[in-house]
Amino acid sequence: MTRFLLRRLFFVLISLWVIISATFFLMKAVPGGPFSAEKKVPDEILKSLEAHYGLDKPLAVQYYDYLKSVVTWDLGPSFRYDAETVNQIINRTFKISLVLGLEALLLSIALGLFFGVMAALYHNKFQDYSSMVLAVIGMSVPSFILAVFLQYIFAIKFDIFPAGRFESPLHHVLPALSLAALPTAFIARLTRSNMLEVLQQDYIKTARAKGIKENAVMIKHAIRNAILPVVTYLGPLTAGILTGSFVVENIYGIPGLGTQFVQSITNRDYTVIMGTTVFYSIILVFMIFVVDMLYGVIDPRINITGDNAKGGNANEFQ
Amino acid sequence: MSSNKVTLTPEHFKSYEKDIRQAEKISRKSLNYWEDVWIRLKSNKIAITAIVVLSVLILMAIFAPIFSSYEYQGQVLEDKNQPPSLEHWFGTDELGRDMFVRTWYGARISLFIGVVAALIDLTIGVIYGSIAGYFGRKVDEVMMRICDVLYGIPYLLVVIMLMVVLPQGLGTMILALTVTGWITMARIVRGQILQLKEQEFVLSARSLGSSTKRLLFRHLIPNAMGPIIVTLTLTIPLAIFTEAFLSFLGLGVQAPIASWGTMAENGIQALRYFPWRIFFPAFFISLTILAFNILGDGLRDALDPRLRK
Repeated sequence: MTRFLLRRLFFVLISLWVIISATFFLMKAVPGGPFSAEKKVPDEILKSLEAHYGLDKPLAVQYYDYLKSVVTWDLGPSFRYDAETVNQIINRTFKISLVLGLEALLLSIALGLFFGVMAALYHNKFQDYSSMVLAVIGMSVPSFILAVFLQYIFAIKFDIFPAGRFESPLHHVLPALSLAALPTAFIARLTRSNMLEVLQQDYIKTARAKGIKENAVMIKHAIRNAILPVVTYLGPLTAGILTGSFVVENIYGIPGLGTQFVQSITNRDYTVIMGTTVFYSIILVFMIFVVDMLYGVIDPRINITGDNAKGGNANEFQ
Repeated sequence: MSSNKVTLTPEHFKSYEKDIRQAEKISRKSLNYWEDVWIRLKSNKIAITAIVVLSVLILMAIFAPIFSSYEYQGQVLEDKNQPPSLEHWFGTDELGRDMFVRTWYGARISLFIGVVAALIDLTIGVIYGSIAGYFGRKVDEVMMRICDVLYGIPYLLVVIMLMVVLPQGLGTMILALTVTGWITMARIVRGQILQLKEQEFVLSARSLGSSTKRLLFRHLIPNAMGPIIVTLTLTIPLAIFTEAFLSFLGLGVQAPIASWGTMAENGIQALRYFPWRIFFPAFFISLTILAFNILGDGLRDALDPRLRK
């Protein structure tokens, strides 16, 4: 187990190293460099600017400095805003994104499990069909379209919820819903098919044969086993909510890291783009790692050290 | 009671002419695998609806811009922001361009990106996966570790990075979508090949002297076609979604080319006053992704009925 864990950790670190290096060399490959975009700067000023940001050093040295800065988590200054470093920007904005992300995460787990279990319990009945229709629609409508749609109906037409910003709890409802829709649909489908599979198992028959009440069979035997695999979805789920936040935060004018990231893309603020990408990658890669480990602990039937061929689609719809 | 009694006489019986040639006759037409799949798919009404919807979308994308009297980039500034009417079925945008023809022109771009990206994923994935699966051992180990490392990299972040750095355009978009997109396909193909290569028909083909190439392309890959097609059907909506997402971040194709994503991005700025400008592109993005998802699910059930849940 420990050997396997270390091995996985090693690959996680390699993944991170690849994305960190890729970010670095891609940004270096941008024609022109960060200071050539606007009006012509005199050569001396350009020189001192480059010296200030360490851009006059040879590429290898810059790469080494960059790796060091990531390891020590000191991501340097923003090219566009003098007042803040990348660390400060992430610290300031991530809190907001984290709150919204956690709300969406909990909402999607709760709603997804509810609809999934419901659909399985009323298999091939109205509840099943309506849940699955909702799930397919939830999977197909991109989060930014849903966000715009909800904003238009509930904020502009009917003025039930505020259309933007992030202050009172009421402000949280629409963005959290928009972010949660896609993962809710996935969890609902996953839970439903797991439930249907579990209900066919012999131990359910045994439990019924022992004369246990149907409610207890469902809650203690069926649902508990059926929702286990949902844990594996937590990795892609986090990824989906994170990337969804880029657009949803923008639409609702929420000053989180997603908005900041999109802004830095529009401004071509390279240090912020690099820093944020690395930050997001670390969160996602470790989330998937932790979930993998967790799954082996929660469900002893799973032999995680084996080759898991089932995980093929985990990356879908990040 | 006794009046109902039937007395059986030899005349009631007829000797059965057993024809040995008839015994071997197959009364129904024998169906191959794909005909079976088609029969199962046909009985799935929702999947057939999805096929019809997709066909209509594709036909409209091809023909609507040809037969429309408007040009997708033609601006009539006096007619800007018109609501849908007989003249402009989907209204006009902020430069007085006809939204109907733009929507179908955008469909061309979005569908093109989706289909081409998915086909490139398919090609790379099938070749990579089948080599890893077929040769196994060290080759498989190395190739799959490379996959694991690339798989660990968040898809959308890579795509965004590439779009930021490379010059924007259709080619860049497709490149960005396929850079790590093929991995899912490679993993699925590898898993299939690993299972298939142990079966007897592969052994018999090999003992008959089939070359590796023949084994792979004639025996192994055609037998793995089911999961490959399902993955392909589910990759297309992912690519269309990602394209729209990127366009929404302002990283999409550049004007005058329009895709559904750029049109939606454009429309959102006018949401409050001219909602139809976002409605049509948003509706068709969702409809297309929905139809592909449903078709993918239907195909999965039809290709492997054991998996039906």
